[in-house]
Order: sequence, then C-alpha cells, then structure tokens
Amino acid sequence: MEKINSDKKRIINNILKSNGFFAFLFLLPAFFFFTLYLLAPIPLSGYYSLLRWSGVGEGVFIGLNNWSRLIRDSTFWLAVGNNFKLVFLSLLIQLPTALFLAVVLTSKIKLDKFFKTVYFFPMLLSTVAIGVIWGYIYNPNVGLLNNFLEAVGLEHLILDWLGSRRYAIYSTIVAICWRFVPFHMILYIAGIVGIPEQLYEAAEIDGANAWVSFRHITLPQLKTVIKNSVVLSIVGSLKIFAEIFVMTGGGPNHASEVMATYMYTTSFDSYRMGYGSTIAVSLFLIAFSVSLIFLYLTRKKQ
Amino acid sequence: MLLGKITIFLKYIFCLVWLVIAGYPFIFVFNTSLKERREFFTTSVWSSPESWQFQNYIEAVKAGFLRYFLNTGFVTFSAVILIVIIAAMASYVITRIEFKYSNLVFLIFVAGMMIPIHSTLIPVYRVTRTIGLYNTLTGLIGPYVAFGLPISVFILTGFMRDIPPQMEEAAIIDGASKFQIFTKIIFPLSRPAIFTVAIYNLVIFWNEFVYALILISSPGKWNITLGLWNFQGRYGTNIPMVMTGVIISAVPVIILYLFFQDQVIRGMTAGALKE
Repeated sequence: MEKINSDKKRIINNILKSNGFFAFLFLLPAFFFFTLYLLAPIPLSGYYSLLRWSGVGEGVFIGLNNWSRLIRDSTFWLAVGNNFKLVFLSLLIQLPTALFLAVVLTSKIKLDKFFKTVYFFPMLLSTVAIGVIWGYIYNPNVGLLNNFLEAVGLEHLILDWLGSRRYAIYSTIVAICWRFVPFHMILYIAGIVGIPEQLYEAAEIDGANAWVSFRHITLPQLKTVIKNSVVLSIVGSLKIFAEIFVMTGGGPNHASEVMATYMYTTSFDSYRMGYGSTIAVSLFLIAFSVSLIFLYLTRKKQ
Repeated sequence: MLLGKITIFLKYIFCLVWLVIAGYPFIFVFNTSLKERREFFTTSVWSSPESWQFQNYIEAVKAGFLRYFLNTGFVTFSAVILIVIIAAMASYVITRIEFKYSNLVFLIFVAGMMIPIHSTLIPVYRVTRTIGLYNTLTGLIGPYVAFGLPISVFILTGFMRDIPPQMEEAAIIDGASKFQIFTKIIFPLSRPAIFTVAIYNLVIFWNEFVYALILISSPGKWNITLGLWNFQGRYGTNIPMVMTGVIISAVPVIILYLFFQDQVIRGMTAGALKE
C-alpha cells in the first residue's frame, strides 16, 4: 500500500515538475502565429510610421514628419469624420432596430425560428459580396432602389447614390447597417432569453403593460449585453473597410473615405508605406481609446 | 383586448417588413443571375427570368470561379485544421495545466480580439515578403490562423474549464502523460466546442478578403472574394454575371449555415457574449 502511494506521489511530482516546460511547448505554435501576425505588427507599425518607405528595401528614418503631416492632412480628417458618422449612425440605427427585432422575436410569436434564420442571412455574406450587392441596389440606372422609387412615384428622389459626393457615405452606411443588424439582434436575443421569466410574471401581476416591463425589466437586465454591443459597434465602425472599398473605393474624390480605405490606398496603391503606417497606428489608437473611454464612462455611472 | 390584437398584428407586420429587407436582396440577386444579359437590359428589374438559365453559372465557372473555389477551399481547410489543433493545445494548457502564467496567457490571447487587423497589414505584408510566401496560397494560412486564434481560444477554454477533473485524475493514476491526456481525453471530450470553432472559422476564412488583397497578386491564386471583386471590375456592366459570382461565392456558407445554424451563430457571437 505504502509503495503504491509513494509511486503515485513520484509520478504526480514528476508531472508537476515539468508543467512549465509542457505549457511552453504546447503554447509555442499558438504564440508563434499570434506574435508574428497579430501582436508584433502593432509596435512594428509604430516604427514604420517614422520612416519614408516605399515597401521595398529599407526606409529612410524621418522622425515625426509623417505624424506632423497627418495632423495637417485634410483627407485623413475627412476619413476620421466619416468613421464617426458611421459610429453615430450605427448606434442610432443598428442597435435600436436590432433590439426591437430581438424583443419581437422573443415575444412568443409564430414562425420566430424562420424569421431568425432569414434575418441572419446578411451576416453570412463576405464583405465583398455585401459591397457588390449594394453596388447593384444603388446602381443609378438598373438598381433596385431607383426602380423602386420610380415604381412608387417618388421619381424626384432618384439619385446616383454612390456617385454623389454628398450622399455616398450615407449610402454605404445603410448597407453596413443592413449587414450588422442581425449580429446585434442575436446578441440581444441571447440576452433576453437569459432573463428569468418570473420577473415578467411578477410585473404582469402588478398590472404592468408591455412597455413598462420592457423599460423596467428588459432594458436593465440587458445592460451588460447592450454595453458589449455598443463597444463592438463602435470598434467595428472605426475599422470598417471592405464594404466601402468595394462600393465606392472611398470616392468620389474621397467623399466616402474612411481610415482603413485611406490607409490601404496610401500603402498599397501609392506605396507610401511609412505614411500608411502612420494612418494604421492612428486607427489603432483611435479605436482603442474610444472603447476605453466608453468603458470608463459606463463604469462610472453604475 | 383590442389593443393586444393590434399589437400582435403590428408585430407580424414588422416581422414581414424586415423579412423583405433582409431576405429580398437574396432573391433579387438569384433572380438576376438567371437572366441573360440582353434579357436583363430589356425587361424590368422586377421580372422573373423567362426561363431558368444556368448559362451564366457555366460561364462564371469557366471565367475562373472554379479556380477561386479550389484556392479558397485549400486555404480555408488548411487554416481550419491548423487552428483547431493549435487552439486546442493552447486552451488545454490554459485550463488544465497549473503554471504561473496561465491567466496572463489567456488575457493576452483574448486581448487579441481588440486588435484591428488593418493596423497590422503593413508588417504582415513585409513579413510575408521576407519569408518568401508573398503571392502564395500558403502565405495566407499564417495570418488566418493568427486572426482566428483569439476567438477560438476563447470558445475552447470556456468549454474545457467545465470538463470535470475526475477522468483526468484516473488517467494520471494510470500513468498517462499530459500529452496522452490531451489526445485521448480532453480533445475528444471537447468535440462540441471544437466543432463550433471549426464551423465558425470556416465561414470567416471562406469570406476573408483583406489579407488576400494585400498578399496575393496573380489571378491564378485569387481566393473567392478577390475573384469576386475583380469580377465586378471586369464584368462591371454585365450585372447578371456579377450576381452569378455573388451566388457562387456565397453558396457554401449558406449551405453550411442551413445545416449547422446554431454553431455558426454561436461562433459568430461568442466573442461578444462574454459575461
């Protein structure tokens, strides 16, 4: 008996002893990819932002020149402005629509499964497919939207939706919202399903109507979910790329430019990779600080 | 009572309206893809095709879509297999092996979800060139794996934490090594989570665009999104053809979704649902 016990101890001891090494070995592949392609690029981009560099060969160190240029670059600020338009309109359109859909779908409605299945469809498409489809919907001659306006007698609203400098950015925002509403809807549905049924039953006994129980039960119970979805919506809007890139390429004449499209064309069309890195780092810094600010503000209120 | 009925009525109206908004573009795209080019320009956009012609599909496949399909399939499957193994190994260490930094390691991986990939593109481009993988399909696998790791580790650790320790203890007493415990017990027991991770990454990698855009240059190596994007440029005015491309590119994911709806949705929202 004692021998078996000491054997056991020895084996367990041996295993414990090599834990660190084993962990290192098993984490190695994940860390390799993670560091090489995701983590190291952030400081590296910071370094590249100090260079004048075409992407081939070595760059020339030019200190903070790119940064002082960025501050005076009106196209960059136009892009930042467009990103924030997207942030606000997403919060204003996407989240309320998603919440409303979620509430309706969880309210003992028939065919809810079917509705949910179809509602999620836009999330399945690639960003390129979204851009291509909406490019077609907005097509000034054969597009769905203008044809629809004509059919219902609203010809005066017909427009070159993506070709207009004034409206291009808003047209792309509608397409982006179309894609992301189902995402937030699913988050809210998961949240609502998790709310204890008793809360609603108690409210009903107290004579609360649907609106009152929504305001006083659903909304407060969904606080964390809503907070998460706001952060995701903000970050997602700040780093939006392919939908706009495919629909307008940031045009006409930068009118629908966002940080990521400007970063891409600067780096990979004009091969100004030093300056492109400067835009990339600002994208990272802006996205990071905006979500930190939001998290800080909501923490304080509670 | 009447008010209740009106509310229910309005609910259904709203559901139907959104059904049209979310679903009609798909019908519209499919409808257009069946039209001949001339037919498209001479008939109303609302009309159904005169007959179900799959001519556009044959042409699209010939114009390169078969190639893009195979390319994307290769990269997607390689990256999914790699990520499942690597993420499971990392998650096993984080949840089942006691060592000093397990929490820190977990936090670092999960923090990766916050990194906007556009901020990483230039270094990724440079690294890929340096190691000679620029303009190769293999060169896409690394970035894909890295990009999918945070969510995958997040899902897998969440699942593995809940596996009861008894089976492992029994195996330790039987003299099983940590490696064996991983391959024989933890990995097989994590099958549901691994499946979710696989399905989720399959969808993401199939639809991936940005890495392909910066790392691939020759048409023979385009993935499906790159192919579709260029298709739009090439066939710009031949809208039925472009819509055919959209359908071809989306069909695998839609089929996957119809069979594994729960896994797809769970994967896509997993990162957002933490507490």
